[in-house]
Amino acid sequence: MDRRATFWILYLPPLLWLGAFFLIPLLLMFAFSFRPDMRGDFFELWQPSLNQYEKLISTGSYWRLLWTSAQMALLISISAVVLSFPIAYFLAFHGKQRVGFYLVLLLVPFWTSYLLRVMAWKIMLGTEGVINSFLMYVNLIQEPLTALLYNRNAVVITLVYVWIPFATLPILAALQRIDTSLFEAAADLGARPLHQFLRITVPLSLPGVLAAFFMVFIPTVGEYVTPLLVGGSRGSMYGNIIQDFFTKAANWPFGSAMSMVMLAGTLILVAIATRLINLKDLLE
Amino acid sequence: MTTFRNSFPLKSYFFGLIALLYLPIVVLFLFSINSNTYLSFPLQGLTFDWYQKLLASDALLRSARNSLVVALGSSLVATLMGTMVALLMMRYQFRSKVLLVAMAVLPLIVPYIVLAVALFLLFSVFNIDRSLLTVGIAHTVVALPYVLLIVGARLAGFDASVEEAAMDLGADYPTTLRRIVLPMIAPAMVSAWLTAFTVSFDEFALALFLAGTQPTFPVYLYGQLRFANRLPIMIALAVLMMIGTLTLVLIAERVRRVE
Repeated sequence: MDRRATFWILYLPPLLWLGAFFLIPLLLMFAFSFRPDMRGDFFELWQPSLNQYEKLISTGSYWRLLWTSAQMALLISISAVVLSFPIAYFLAFHGKQRVGFYLVLLLVPFWTSYLLRVMAWKIMLGTEGVINSFLMYVNLIQEPLTALLYNRNAVVITLVYVWIPFATLPILAALQRIDTSLFEAAADLGARPLHQFLRITVPLSLPGVLAAFFMVFIPTVGEYVTPLLVGGSRGSMYGNIIQDFFTKAANWPFGSAMSMVMLAGTLILVAIATRLINLKDLLE
Repeated sequence: MTTFRNSFPLKSYFFGLIALLYLPIVVLFLFSINSNTYLSFPLQGLTFDWYQKLLASDALLRSARNSLVVALGSSLVATLMGTMVALLMMRYQFRSKVLLVAMAVLPLIVPYIVLAVALFLLFSVFNIDRSLLTVGIAHTVVALPYVLLIVGARLAGFDASVEEAAMDLGADYPTTLRRIVLPMIAPAMVSAWLTAFTVSFDEFALALFLAGTQPTFPVYLYGQLRFANRLPIMIALAVLMMIGTLTLVLIAERVRRVE
């Protein structure tokens, strides 16, 4: 058996598997989004129609929700980057020999079940939860606070919290690549610490900061689990409405069209991100 | 040498954040040994009852077993397929390479809700009942990119000339793969397999859509959230599972470091 035969053995299984369970489902969803309605057999050819997209475009509330989701994702990713920058800075310049240990310490919670961590927050923030019962115990409040859970703020806070360890990594990678002799040179030439920070550290960490931003922003726009758990009906995001059209409303063609819009948006974001960031710069 | 000499504020910030990150884990643990069914101050008393009751909860244990089966199956398939793609990516030139690599990496980027919906449509159209198998299939797709990245990095790290040398000495290509390449990438494959396992084990977004009547643990947990008096038992199991996954992750890290 030669190299060519080996090629086919290595090539066919993943090609067929990913074709059947990744590419074809997405193409099917694409096709479904052009169905006029749910009537008729799945295998009957249907007259392609733009009904779903027309309905989607003409209904303002879907666009507003997509816009709101994008704004939430923007707020979440900027907050996560700003809050994780000092951590990356600390690890890069003050971590010394312990940096490996500190990094594991930071990442361990990130590896534990996401659902459980979010649920723990629910236990803490709920009306009978840790925070409310504690505040009532020390007589700071008489009635439990209800503003802590089931709204957009709860979704934003939970997601920022969840993403911080993850956002630290690319920033740390960028900071560790900075040649420290630059600081000495700057100091010799009379630059003060703040000046050095603004003129050396900030610009050179920019690729990492951008990578962190996109690594948080892209999955957050498509989020549906966190709003489901802590958002309640007031904290829904675009992804939750897609879910509703497949579970509650059973309007698959419309859900597919909404899903296509999200997929297209995500791919555009990825294209922009790869244009702005040279991934090789960070991985070396 | 660094721009800001005084590290105290940064250090306090770091450890403050670490405390906040570990708080939910501590809360879950407290909840699992707290005798009341909700966690309020002051704590009423400590108990291991929930852990005992856990052994009698059939549906709960079945959901844990389901998660285990799905994670085992999907991580094995993902490791095999991901390694194949990694070998093709690093050692072969062919026309459809971009397509194959794109299909193997894109699941990392495509939102889970989109993938869940697409697979839901596929299984509905072909009349395949949603079950552990359909969840497992979805998990192979999302775990594959991790395998590709881990094994691919290992393959990039060693010289292909070792393989050429083996072939010059008369070994055919499959033998070279088995005797030279496989031993070299084995630690990366183990690490990738453990990673794929943990990706699947906790996964909720896809499983919620695709599990049908056979819930995995996260899906079952989600369904039971309404029943406050059942919660401590679920959390007790969750604490045990958390310890399990953490052990796996730390082993995976260790294996990767050893290389």
